[in-house]
Amino acid sequence: MIVRSMSALIARDLRLAVRHGGESLMPLIFLFSVIILIPLGVGPGPNLLAAIAPGMIWVAALLASLLALENLFRPDLEDGTLEQWWIGFCPAGALVVARLFSHWLITAVPVIVFAPLAAQMLYLPAEALGVLVLSLLLGTPILSLVGGLAAALTLGTNRGSILLSILVFPLVVPVLIFATGAVSAAADDLSARAHLGMLGALLILAITLVPLATSAALRLNIE
Amino acid sequence: MIWKTIKVNFHRLGSPPTFYRLAQVLSPWLWGGFVLCAAIGLYQALYVVPPDYQQSDSFRILYIHVPSAWQAMAGYVVMAILAVIALVWRIRTVEIMAMAGAPIGAAFTFICLATGSLWGRPMWGTWWAWDARLTSMLVLLFIYLGIMGLYAAFEDRRKGARVACILILVGVVNIPIIHFSVEWWTTLHQGATIRLFSGESTMHESMMPPLVWMTIAVKLMFGAALLDRARNDLLDQDRRKGWVQARLGEAA
Repeated sequence: MIVRSMSALIARDLRLAVRHGGESLMPLIFLFSVIILIPLGVGPGPNLLAAIAPGMIWVAALLASLLALENLFRPDLEDGTLEQWWIGFCPAGALVVARLFSHWLITAVPVIVFAPLAAQMLYLPAEALGVLVLSLLLGTPILSLVGGLAAALTLGTNRGSILLSILVFPLVVPVLIFATGAVSAAADDLSARAHLGMLGALLILAITLVPLATSAALRLNIE
Repeated sequence: MIWKTIKVNFHRLGSPPTFYRLAQVLSPWLWGGFVLCAAIGLYQALYVVPPDYQQSDSFRILYIHVPSAWQAMAGYVVMAILAVIALVWRIRTVEIMAMAGAPIGAAFTFICLATGSLWGRPMWGTWWAWDARLTSMLVLLFIYLGIMGLYAAFEDRRKGARVACILILVGVVNIPIIHFSVEWWTTLHQGATIRLFSGESTMHESMMPPLVWMTIAVKLMFGAALLDRARNDLLDQDRRKGWVQARLGEAA
């Protein structure tokens, strides 16, 4: 029953994303506009670009995940659906997780798929591409989880969007450090396993604890 | 019997007028203690303690830097404890206390970063380094600012306080990161000099007393400012209520 409710919510979110075609392409457009602007800004030297590529792709992924946060829960709050989450038979926490998962599918997966291409545009060594994708797979769910928490916290305010970035950015600093550390290590032919291990640990910590805080924040906001 | 008295008195503090009265009585003592300890500490730090053999006089800034850094973190822990109490038992005065801590903690974090930066320029040769300790402290500053911003963004102050309490609890993860940052990463900031539990402090004992005085002073000041801020916030929120009107009428 719970699984059915969760998959119904995810299916609905994906259907909406497909029908709003242009909007759901935003993360990708954002990623590539950053990737195209950087060589124009810092100069097209391959060595410099390769050195900053992991950080730039990760910053682009981070900012792309912020784009859709404003409307993660707000429409549901406004039409009253959010209250039904607490009234219905399916535990609200499960629905929160489902919503975060669909946010990740919509904003992060396209970025992960196209990250190798973006990395090639910045001359990142091919050996580091696997680690880049792996670091994104481990790290972007944390971005969605923390972003969801920030969206839930700011739900009751009417100027959420500025607050959102202030709340998200200090909490995702460790993700950025370990993820870019992993990619840079791989690019220098070093082992990235320590960084990836830390990233995995952060992901486990975030998956277990953040949905609890998010549900609590949502609940306070619909009271 | 005693336990019951304590319990009853603790619950009485949940009532704004009682809390207000207690805070009003306590805060002048805390301010007095702060002025006294800070005067002793600063005098010793500036005149009694001998200059360092390498850094001469510029090391003296540590007597501001270190107590502020400790208080920035200890203040966060205090807020986290208050946040748990506020979320579990929904006591309004505790919510207000937790929120009152954020600007003070942010100020101490800022003092810590600013004094560190002033010292770092002649000693490290740079104002700022992307060192683990410095970065995690900067993150703490932004968490404090986030808490303040979130609390301020709500029309309903109680709801804002409770939502910001959740953010306080989430931000707790940063505290161990700050504490252990000098052990986990070997970057520019020095390791722990003062050890309470394990091993010996590596600071010469002639330099210790002002640090102790200043640490006590800063703790007293945090308490005093916390009570005063909480009191003001309470007055502001309850300004249309009977007890405030009665109290202000009394004063006027």
